[in-house]
Formats: sequence, C-alpha cells, structure tokens
Amino acid sequence: MESLTQSFITALALIVGVDESLLTVMGLSLQVSLGAVVCASLIGFPVGALVAVGDFPGRRLATVTLNALIGLPAVVVGLLVYLMLSRSGPLGSLGLLFTPTAMVIAQTVLIAPLVAALARQVIEDAWREYHEQLVSLGARRPRASLTLMWDTRFSLATVVLVGFGRAVAEVGTVMIVGGNIAGVTRTMTTTIALETSKGDLPLAMALGIVLVAVVFLMNGLAYLMREWSMKHYG
Amino acid sequence: MMQRVSFSHDKHLIIDDLTLHLDGEARTVILGANGAGKSVTMRLLHGLLKPTAGRVTWAGHETRPASQAMVFQKPVMLRTSALRNVAYGLKLAGVPQAERLTLARAALARVGLAHLEKRAARVLSGGEQQRLALARAWALEPRVLFLDEPTASLDPGAAREIENIIAEIAAIGTKIVMTTHSLGQAQRLADEIIFLHLGRVVEQTPAAEFFRLPRSPEAAAFIKGELPWV
Repeated sequence: MESLTQSFITALALIVGVDESLLTVMGLSLQVSLGAVVCASLIGFPVGALVAVGDFPGRRLATVTLNALIGLPAVVVGLLVYLMLSRSGPLGSLGLLFTPTAMVIAQTVLIAPLVAALARQVIEDAWREYHEQLVSLGARRPRASLTLMWDTRFSLATVVLVGFGRAVAEVGTVMIVGGNIAGVTRTMTTTIALETSKGDLPLAMALGIVLVAVVFLMNGLAYLMREWSMKHYG
Repeated sequence: MMQRVSFSHDKHLIIDDLTLHLDGEARTVILGANGAGKSVTMRLLHGLLKPTAGRVTWAGHETRPASQAMVFQKPVMLRTSALRNVAYGLKLAGVPQAERLTLARAALARVGLAHLEKRAARVLSGGEQQRLALARAWALEPRVLFLDEPTASLDPGAAREIENIIAEIAAIGTKIVMTTHSLGQAQRLADEIIFLHLGRVVEQTPAAEFFRLPRSPEAAAFIKGELPWV
C-alpha cells in the first residue's frame, strides 16, 4: 500500500514537473490519434452521408456492416495492417512498419467505421426531418448531403471527438504496427502497458492520469459544444 | 391536373383513382377528414410522392415545373440565420449569388421579419418560423404555392398573420393550393373547395356555394361536424 501511495506521489510529481519523457510520449500519442481522426473523418463523413441519403440496393446491409465494424477488435485491425505493411505484404515496399505513419493508418482503419456509423445516424436523422423540404426546394441528393452535413456540423464535431477519444485510448493497433520503440513509436497506452509489466508504476500511473484527463476533456468539450449549439442554433 | 391517380402505401390504398383539375388563379382549399388523403394529394401534385398509377401533368407536361413551392405544417429550418434560410432556397433555384441576399431581405420584409434576419431560424417562435417558411417560398416567386395545414400548430393570432400573408401572395397571381382543418380559415381564404373522402374527390365546388349548399351528403355532414374524425 505504501509503495502504491509512493508511486502515486511520484506520478503526480512527473506530471507537475512536466517530465520530458512524459511529454514526448504524450505528444506522439496526440499527434497519431489526431492524424487518424482527421483521416477517419475524411473517409467516414462521405461514407456516412452516402449510406444515410443514398438510394441504392444494399443500403441496409451497408448500415449493418458499418455498425458491426465499430466492434472490430483493435488487435485484429493491428494484425491486418501489420500484414499489409510487413516486408512481405502488399505495401511492404513502402517501409512504413514501425513508424508513426503506420500507427496513423492502423488507427484510421480502426475508427473510420465508428466515425462513418455515427455520422450516418446523425445525417439520416436530419434527412428524415428535412427530406420533403429539401426535395420541394429542388435539392438533389448530392446537394442535400452537403446541406445536411453542414446543418449537423455540431453533432459531427462531437463524432470527431468521440473518434479521437477511442483512438487515443486504444493500445492494440499502435502496439502491433508501431512496435513500441522508445522515442519513436511509443504512445501513452503502449508505455502504460510496458511500464506496468516492468513494474515501473509511477510513469504508468502518470500517463494513466493524463490519458483519463484527455478523455474527460474530450467529453467535456463535446458536451459544451452541444449545449452551445442548442442554445444558439436550436 | 391529376388523371386517374392512385397511390398505395404498404398495400393500403390511400388515393383511389382520383382525377382533379386545378385551374388558373383561384385559391383552392382541400378539405376532408383525417385520412381522407389531403396531404397525400398535395404531395402527389407537388411531386414529393410518385403515383402508383395514373399521372400528374402540368399544362400537358409530366415534369414538375420549377416554379412551385410548398410550405409544411411544421416548418423545416436549417441551422443558420433567418436570412440565410431564405437565401438557401434562392440558391437551389439557381439565383445568382449577387442577388440572393437582396431578394431574401425583400422577402423577409414582406412577411414582417426584417428585424430578425440575423437570428438563428430554429430559435424563432412557431409563428415566426412559419412566416419565415412563407418568405422562403415567396422569394422563389412560385407559380403555384402548396400549403399543408400551415397554421395547424399555431395560436389564432399567429394563424391570422399567416392567412394574411397567404392572401397577399395569392393577390399577386400565385395559385394557392392548401389544406386546413379550420372551416373558418377555408371560408376566409378559399375561392374553390375540393372535398376529399376516403381518397376520392367527392366534390369540387366554388367556396361560397360549398358552404351554403354542399352537393354531397359527406360534405354536408362534414360541415355540420358530424363526420367522425377518424
């Protein structure tokens, strides 16, 4: 118990003292997850909008598939991307394995379905409400999807925050395709896993606290934005 | 005009072999009990629904002319300012960007909302939103304006404001086709009544005549308030 308290105090000291190794790890984590959520949104929003307002056979199957892919285990995504990027894999010649780029790719694959599925729900609900009015005004589907995406911008921003939250907190894909190389591909989550197994609890706990704080911050931002937009735009 | 139009949904026949001729500039009010097919008829006319049988034509053409607009029972506003909501309609109608805001401001002024142009449309009151919906439709200068129970969710004061605006729009030569649950409103606004019952046109009569001496027993019962509101 005493050593636990001691570890906790050391952890706080690391945070308050702005420990450099802590900062490096945090910086990489945020960069990778930010990159992934940007890529995932660029893919997920159009896909979500297409499934939401599209009129094509298999639309329902697409909806179910998107929803199912949310539950894709991170380690499986990590393994798949690893196989693609490994030297004998189809993209092996790019030499991306064990680089931050590989981590961004893997996290993009992991959270793009989440972003797409949530965006689909948001846009489809709006489409149901606006459908007749937009058709009456002469909007065709491509134009209507752009209008709907603009109109649901606050909800979609929340989707981005949720996606970022999932990316920054996951350990499976970044561990596998990043390789947890100190100073290069070591993120908050992989460091926690490593330091805990090594028995170096203070750094693990410090990162754990930061990670939880980041997730809290994201959810707080999402909540505040929702409140603000409801008040100002209805 | 509608020729022998039928419309079914989930195997329910909602509109049954309906033929209808809308003409000129008379203000047409469609009456009928709930479930008579009023809203569906308007949506078929406006092209929001496709008939399962028969055809809807405008001056002989099957394509819906662009110069139509519709105002719904519950106004649907985008999350932007009142002014930009009107401008959005103009944008879709292909009005050049330079003219949009000027035309939109003029339309807001006509419905008495000029002072609210910067306010977010969705936080306006129900009556203001419906006036905004009318401004958006009016700005398009439609040849035909459809209104689906435009005052159903409004208090009497707001409803009268809407009626006045509808009368003004009609006065400059726009054909009005509307449904309502209010017989008083129908009497105030209609030149002509189309009475629907169970998906069929029971009668199409000049308004004064309809209220004095309806031709069909269903309409007579409806006016007396005897028809059950299904």
